[in-house]
Amino acid sequence: MANALEYRDVAFSYGEESGFRMEHLNFSVQEGEFVAVLGHNGSGKSTLARLANGLLTPDSGEISVFGVPLTGKNLFDIRKQVGIVFQNPDSQAVASIVEDDVAFGAENVGLPRKEIGERIGFALRAVGMEDYRTATISRLSGGQKQRVAIAGVLALKPRVMILDESTAMLDPRGRREIVEVVKELNEKEGVTVMLITHFMEEALLASRAVVMNRGEIVMQDTPEGIFRRGEELICYNLALPRIGEIARRLRGGGMDVADALDVNTLAEEIAKCVS
Amino acid sequence: MLKDVSFGQYYPVKSFVHNLDPRLKILFLIGYIVAIFLAKEFLALGACAAVLLLAVLFARIPVGKVMRAVRGILFLVLFTAAINVFFHGGDAVYWNAPAVLWEWKIFRVTQAGIVFSAFLALRLFLLVICSSLLTYTTTPVSLTDGLESLLTPLKWVRFPVHELALIMSIALRFIPILMDETERIMNAQKARGAALDSGGPAKRVKAIVPVLIPLLLSAFRRADELGDAMDARCYSGGKSRVKYKKLRFSWRDLLAFALLAALIAGVSVMRFFPVFPL
Repeated sequence: MANALEYRDVAFSYGEESGFRMEHLNFSVQEGEFVAVLGHNGSGKSTLARLANGLLTPDSGEISVFGVPLTGKNLFDIRKQVGIVFQNPDSQAVASIVEDDVAFGAENVGLPRKEIGERIGFALRAVGMEDYRTATISRLSGGQKQRVAIAGVLALKPRVMILDESTAMLDPRGRREIVEVVKELNEKEGVTVMLITHFMEEALLASRAVVMNRGEIVMQDTPEGIFRRGEELICYNLALPRIGEIARRLRGGGMDVADALDVNTLAEEIAKCVS
Repeated sequence: MLKDVSFGQYYPVKSFVHNLDPRLKILFLIGYIVAIFLAKEFLALGACAAVLLLAVLFARIPVGKVMRAVRGILFLVLFTAAINVFFHGGDAVYWNAPAVLWEWKIFRVTQAGIVFSAFLALRLFLLVICSSLLTYTTTPVSLTDGLESLLTPLKWVRFPVHELALIMSIALRFIPILMDETERIMNAQKARGAALDSGGPAKRVKAIVPVLIPLLLSAFRRADELGDAMDARCYSGGKSRVKYKKLRFSWRDLLAFALLAALIAGVSVMRFFPVFPL
């Protein structure tokens, strides 16, 4: 079976003076996978996302989606399959009313009117916003706005969904809402998810985590495996999740605790050491 | 606080007029303006006023709201009326008094002048009430939709109707966001010691510059982001696009249209066969 996303020997740069280069990037995402992409600012995470649906064109190399190489001709077919939700909840909505905005993508691809209506219903139910169908977007909370943005992408029924730091501008509650919605989409609808974030806690929900640095993929493992390599993460300007960081410091202070990523495991570890 | 300023003056209730097709309401306004300018006598203008009164009643807009729209142009109306009272002249006699009531140098108050001023004032009031009724009963979004639909014939001459409507609706959508942003930037500049609300007019205008520049920059950044988000959702212009919400004429629209047609017909007839000419 072909991979959902495949980057083959991709090179990209924003021009000489930007100082960013991506070279010989090879990376793939399987269908149904939930991948978290981690990295500090300017590590190339967003570039990775934008290459996937042709918002950016690679200088060389090839990108294919479900086995089909991305070209200028099939751009719109690819965009139907690969949806991106962006960072800023205030600059993604086109219309003022929830329902009109969710309809936008489906209107663009020229679906029959009845189907658009059904898809709006489906997308809003999937993100738990069905009661807000006729609400004014500017009066919603940040988390709700991002859920509407997700619904707007979902209305196109994409098979891959990329969240490009979509939680970065939200409060903790909004972040939790988004991550839960995405997790559910992955499990129930089988949507392949690429979650780009710099919040380490969010990566824990993924089945695989990838760390990027200076346009390169430098680590690839299960999230637990990645966080076990705390010192390495810190080299790439990333921090451990809170609990992992506590465990690391305890170890630094001479306590023999094993790696832990949730409170209960850490508590047990500490109890073992103390007794 | 700026956020609470609802744009336009849409008054959200369910009513007969609210439910009318926005296209019809736009056409109705145009037709109505034609009617009040065709009207040459009080009887005709009275018929117009009666139709408008009916519309206001069926729109369930409180009278106070309607009056607020009138208040905005009250000065203008009184000013034009006053000018007309003093300079109109004419020697028609309407009631049991001399035609010229008062005269001093070039000023001449005549019966004809008073009657004509009243007529003009009434006409202006009707004009304003009818146009504000449109914005009270139609959301900016459906107004744009209606306009897009009405301008569709212009596509034949390659006029970018879809793009224009999209620009309008995006502009409307970004008003609350940019208002918010303005407030944030103003606060940020105040925190840095900017005196935004003191000093003379020249100083104040100057003080706006450090607010406008960041606002403009952020608007450009947002435009960029919105462009990406639209691209990602398969936007490729208006060609293969469908509109989810289809505008439909209903019996209500037919009724309103009939009323307007009757009004215009009546007023036109009265123009040629006046009943009580001014």
